[in-house]
This record gives sequence, structure tokens and C-alpha cells, in this order.
Amino acid sequence: MKKLALMVAVGLGTIASSTVFAQSRDHIDIVGSSTVYPFATVVAETYGKKTGKKTPKIESTGSGGGMKLFCAGNGINTPDITNASRRIKKSEFDHCQKNGVKEIVEVQIGFDGIAIANSKKSAPMNISRKDLFLALAKNVPAKDGSEKLVLNPYKTWKDVNPALPDTKIEVLGPPPTSGTRDAFVELAMEGGCKHFAFIKAIKKTDKQEYKAICHSIREDGSYIEAGENDNLIVEKLEKNPKALGIFGFSFLDQNADKVQGAIIDGKPLTFESIADGSYPISRPLYFYVKKSHVGKVPGIVAYLKEFTSESAWGDEGYLTDKGLIPLSKEKRDAMAASTKALTPLVL
Amino acid sequence: MKQSNTDKIKASLKKRYAKERRFRLYGLISIAISFLFLLVLLVNISIKGLPAFHQTYVKLDVTIDANVLGIDKNSDHEALFSADYSIIITKTLKKMFPDVKSRKQKRALKKLVSNSAAYDLRDAVTANPNLIGTTHSFWFLAKDDVDVYAKGNIDRNLAETERRVKDFQLAWIDQLEKEGRLKQRFNSRFFTSGDSREPEQAGIKGAMVGSLLTMLVTLSLSFPIAVGAAVYLEEFAPKNNRWVDIIEININNLAAVPSIVFGLLGLAVFIAFFGVPRSAPLVGGLVLSLMTLPTIIIASRAAIKSVPSSIREAAYGLGASRVQTTFHHTLPLAMPGILTGTIIGMAQALGETAPLLMIGMVAFVADIPQGITDPSTVLPVQIYLWSDSPERAFTERTSAAIMVLLGFLIVMNFLAVLLRKHFERRW
Repeated sequence: MKKLALMVAVGLGTIASSTVFAQSRDHIDIVGSSTVYPFATVVAETYGKKTGKKTPKIESTGSGGGMKLFCAGNGINTPDITNASRRIKKSEFDHCQKNGVKEIVEVQIGFDGIAIANSKKSAPMNISRKDLFLALAKNVPAKDGSEKLVLNPYKTWKDVNPALPDTKIEVLGPPPTSGTRDAFVELAMEGGCKHFAFIKAIKKTDKQEYKAICHSIREDGSYIEAGENDNLIVEKLEKNPKALGIFGFSFLDQNADKVQGAIIDGKPLTFESIADGSYPISRPLYFYVKKSHVGKVPGIVAYLKEFTSESAWGDEGYLTDKGLIPLSKEKRDAMAASTKALTPLVL
Repeated sequence: MKQSNTDKIKASLKKRYAKERRFRLYGLISIAISFLFLLVLLVNISIKGLPAFHQTYVKLDVTIDANVLGIDKNSDHEALFSADYSIIITKTLKKMFPDVKSRKQKRALKKLVSNSAAYDLRDAVTANPNLIGTTHSFWFLAKDDVDVYAKGNIDRNLAETERRVKDFQLAWIDQLEKEGRLKQRFNSRFFTSGDSREPEQAGIKGAMVGSLLTMLVTLSLSFPIAVGAAVYLEEFAPKNNRWVDIIEININNLAAVPSIVFGLLGLAVFIAFFGVPRSAPLVGGLVLSLMTLPTIIIASRAAIKSVPSSIREAAYGLGASRVQTTFHHTLPLAMPGILTGTIIGMAQALGETAPLLMIGMVAFVADIPQGITDPSTVLPVQIYLWSDSPERAFTERTSAAIMVLLGFLIVMNFLAVLLRKHFERRW
């Protein structure tokens, strides 16, 4: 059984080699939002091809998961950059500080719009955020106009608003773990929720209660959690022209022959309406750099330079091809300058 | 009148025959249904995936102008490497379609060929600086939209607004086709390059190498440990001992633990405690060997148990020690069964994604891993990542990657059958 002995030797060898990990890394390690992932990966790839250096490794962990890994410490095993589809929270920033991640560079890269879309086979929807709230919230104000919350009774869009079509409320959207869901709840649902003065008043007295009212999505089957795969939602919308779907603008852009975005609060979903901020359900995208790793891990400065170059995030850069909505020219210049100087974030 | 037994049997005979016929029919139906499902799956994947094995190329006559690039034949490697070759590609395209004026069309024009064209040109020039100043024909990768159109997946008859490829782009493609500058070739890049966010450049090699390295780590750890454990439990452990029973029950339980749990364990122990780098085949292999261990142990024990005791007794009778009996006689005879179990366990590990999610192997890795500590992904993860990409052209690549993974699994299972057939002994 010499063979067996050899196998054991190889096995032990692998374990032994694992104990001599070099205390350095020659590739950039990036984690974070699945919304920023398609943009960061393109930049990483271009960086790798242009410089001939190792391409950064990018994990799609979600904004919150990315922050957790990023703020775990300054060790070489922690990520250098984390992507986020929202700004860093105060609690996350404090967590970072506590763990010794003192200097964080914030880079805003652009915007993302969230599409409420349906199949091209049916007429485009023209809805307000208030309609969306009434159609999708778990508890809504009673129909008689009293200041009482009742379990959502609406079955069709027409019930919600007589101007809307008489079809069943059926919305396919992402699960709670998704950043898209967070943004939808915060921008669309809360945006509609605020229209009710008595709910808005709750915000001052009981913030938790207010959040619970505005952020809870109904669970009676009208909102269908379709998983994190946006392609699947597009496919399902095509098969079911009566349903609506919620996903990022880049998927709408790529599938413009199959689905169309709804007009929200009178604003159509276009590249321009997101860029100028008039489309109500759009959010800024960021990434955060660990300054202590600059110089320790090779290539971070070059990667930042590639990301903040006009050929990448500019009006005609390759990121816009992938669906990123760029910042204005002035903002880009300011952001590029602060990124180059590695100005740490102060909250 | 009393009925005789023969009459009773005769009366029920017909019923019994009918019962048997019915049972056979049920069996046939079940086989037909499962076969049908398999067929639908395979045909569906093949139809979607086969086009990915062909790729559209565009021929461009490129003049490598030294002035535009700011280099000459005597420039050093660094200068040749860092020059901007995309300007030359754009210029070539503009020369071919001189009527293009509007900004929108100019942008679209660049997207006839993939952005890899500039890098291909760079590699050609750095390899042979004598090309500078000459005009050469190159076949470049077409952009994914052109490729999707050339494969007939975009309907020309749709209204222009509902098509990804606009009328003016169709006119360019038609012109290229007329001049014989458009060609479909076998997509060798798919097997030789790593992942990319541009569908036309994306390849499966990175994931294949990653899978191979991960499997290597898994095999070299789980095989010796599992066989050792099985041999001890079967041949050396005291019988009817409470501790041995507890261990046995736990091994059987481990085989049924959801794989994500092993991922969590790997994250907590290997990455957090031992500091093994994230996303590397090493940590992936460690986690997957935890998962395959019980499978191999159970299969190995069954194989060792099936070796008849007459073999052992004969060896003892000739004066062999216990270790000699086990390693010279029992284990070699049990090997085919052990190997079959190992291969099936490995095939299971090959298709696993859930535990790898926790240890960071679900990541964008463009470079091909060079060793077990480099970041990498594995085949099923690559399939998942592509299926989640917005670009339309990734659908066919997803199916093509599934075909590659299925191919690997079929080969492994075939190997298991072959080993069993070849070494099988009957007593």
C-alpha cells in the first residue's frame, strides 16, 4: 500500500503548505453590493488587461455583508474595498473605527434607477408612489379615510386607484436580503407612505413604528419574492403580461425589447431622468477604500485611477454601457480629486 | 357444494396475472417519465448551449500607424505594451464606414468589435514589433450584440425600438457580411480564457482549473482519511463497544447534514482561526473534503464488509498478522468498491456551490488560478454567476457551461462504472 502512503504524504503536504501563507497579497480583494458588482467587475477586468497585473477578485456579498467583512479589521486577510448601493451607516462607520479601520475613503460612482416594469405586451403603467404603497404595504389606511390601519384589502390596481387598469396586483420582486429591495422599500414605499399625514406624524413620536408601517411588504401572495436573479423576473414578466417586476435599471436597459419601465409620479424611467434626479426611485452607488491597505496591496491606486477615469465613469465611458448613470461632470471632477488625494471620510 | 382448492386458485389466477401486468406497466411509466424529464433537460440545455461553441469574428484591415501610437520598432516592451491601441481600431472602423457622423452612431460603431480587439492587437505588436507601420488583416471577436444577431437570435422584423440592434447597425453588419468580413468559428476562447464581463470574451478555463485544484485538495485529504477510518472501524475497532457505536451513528448523520453547514464551519475554523486565504481552492477543498468524508467512509466500510471472511481466515491460517491481512488481502479486494464510492463522492463535491458561498469562492475571478492559494471559482459557481448577468449573450454561455459540467460528471460516473466492471470479483 505504498500508494496509500503517498496519498497521505500529499495530503499532509497540502496542510503543511497552508501554514506558510505569505503575509501579503498580490491581488486586490473587493466585496460588497450586488448592484455595484457588474460595474466594479468591468473596471477590474479593464484594469487587469490594461496593466497586465493581477485582476482584482470581487465577491458579491450585498452591501451589509460587505461592510461587515470590510470593517472586521486591518489585517491582510480583510478586503481592501467594499461596494455599497447605499451610503455607509453611522453604526457601520463606528464599527469600523472600533476595529481599527480608521481611515476610509468614500467614492461615489454614480446612480442606479429601480425599474417597476411590465411586459411590452401590455400597456405601460403610470403610477404614483402612493399607489405602490397602497398596493404593496402590509397595513394600509382604511378605505373610509379614517386614521386607522387595516390589513391590506386591495386586490386589483383599480381598487387602489380608479385610473389604473382592472388587473390583479401581482408584483415580482427581490427578497429582503437584496439591496434592491432595501432601496425599493425606502424610496418607493416610504415615499408613498409619507403622503398620509397621520403616518408621517408617527415618525416624530415613534420612529420604529413608522418604519414598521412604511417598510412592511404584504405577505398574502400579491408580492412574490422571485429570488436575487433579475433575469428570472424578466423571463416571468414576459410569460405573465399582467404582472409587474422590480429590478435594477441595467436589466431594463439590456432587455428593452421585452419589458418597459413604469412612469412613476409622472416621470418616465430613462437614463436622463435618473441622471438629473427627477425619477423618484433612484439611489447613489458607492465604494469604500481601506486607506491602510494602500501601498500594502499593490494596484489599489491604479484601480482607483481606472475607476475614476472619464473613459470608465464618464458620460460616454464603458460603465454607462453597462447601465451606470454617471454623476455630473463637476461632481465627477471633485470626486476624482478627493479619491486621488485619498481624503478620509468623516461622519 | 364445496369448492376445491384448484378451483379457487383458477378463479383468482386471472386477477393475479392482471395485477402483475399492471405493476409492470407502472414500472414502465415511471421509467418513461424520468427518462422524459432527463431528455427535456438535456435537449433544452443543448439547444440553448450549442450556439456558444461558435463565435462570430470580424475581419479588419488594420494599419498600425507608428505616429498614432507614439511608438516605433525600437520602442521598449513597456512603451509597446502601454500604447492605446483602441484608437487604431476606431480609426479602422471609421475608414470602413465613412458616412457615420452622429455621436450616437460613432459610439455604436466602436461596438461592432469586442474591446478585446485592442488587447489582441497589442499582444500581436509586442510579440512582433516589425508589424508597426504595416497593414495587416486581423480577425477580431465581434461584440456580443453582433454575435447574438449573427446567430439569428434577434428578429429583424421587429420594430426598431424593440430591437437591441438598430437599423443602421444592421446595415453595417450586412455590409460586413457582403464583403466576407464576418465569419463564425469554433469558439476556442471559451476553453482557453478565464471569466470576463464581456460575454464574447468569457471563458470557462478559470473555473475548470479551479474545480480541478479544489478536487485535488479534496481527494488528497478525504481519500486517505476516509479509507483509514473505514479500515479501522471495520477491522480493528472493538465490536459492540459503545464509543464505536456513537462514532458510527455520527458518521451516518454527518452524511445527511446540509452542505451549507460545512461552509459555515469552514468559515469559522479554516478562515477565521487558521487564516487560510478566502476564495482559494485550498479552503474550498478542505470544506468539500469534510462533506465527502462520510460518503467515502460509508462506501468503504460497505466494500470492506463485503470481502468474505474466508479470505481473512485463510491469511490468518498462513500466519499473517492482522495488519498484513488487512493491507495485503482485504483492502485490495475492497478497492473497487472504495474507488466507486470515492468517485461518486467527488462527483457530488464537484457540483456543490452552497458551502463555497460562505468561503468566498462565489466571486468574479478573471485570472486563471496558478496554485491552490490563488483566488478562484469552480464550475457550478461560474454557471450561477453567468445566469445572473444582465447581458443577453450570457444565456447561451450559461447553458454551455452546464454542458461542460455535465460532461465532467458523466466522465466521472463512467469511470466509476468502468472501475467496478474491471476489478469486480465474485465470491
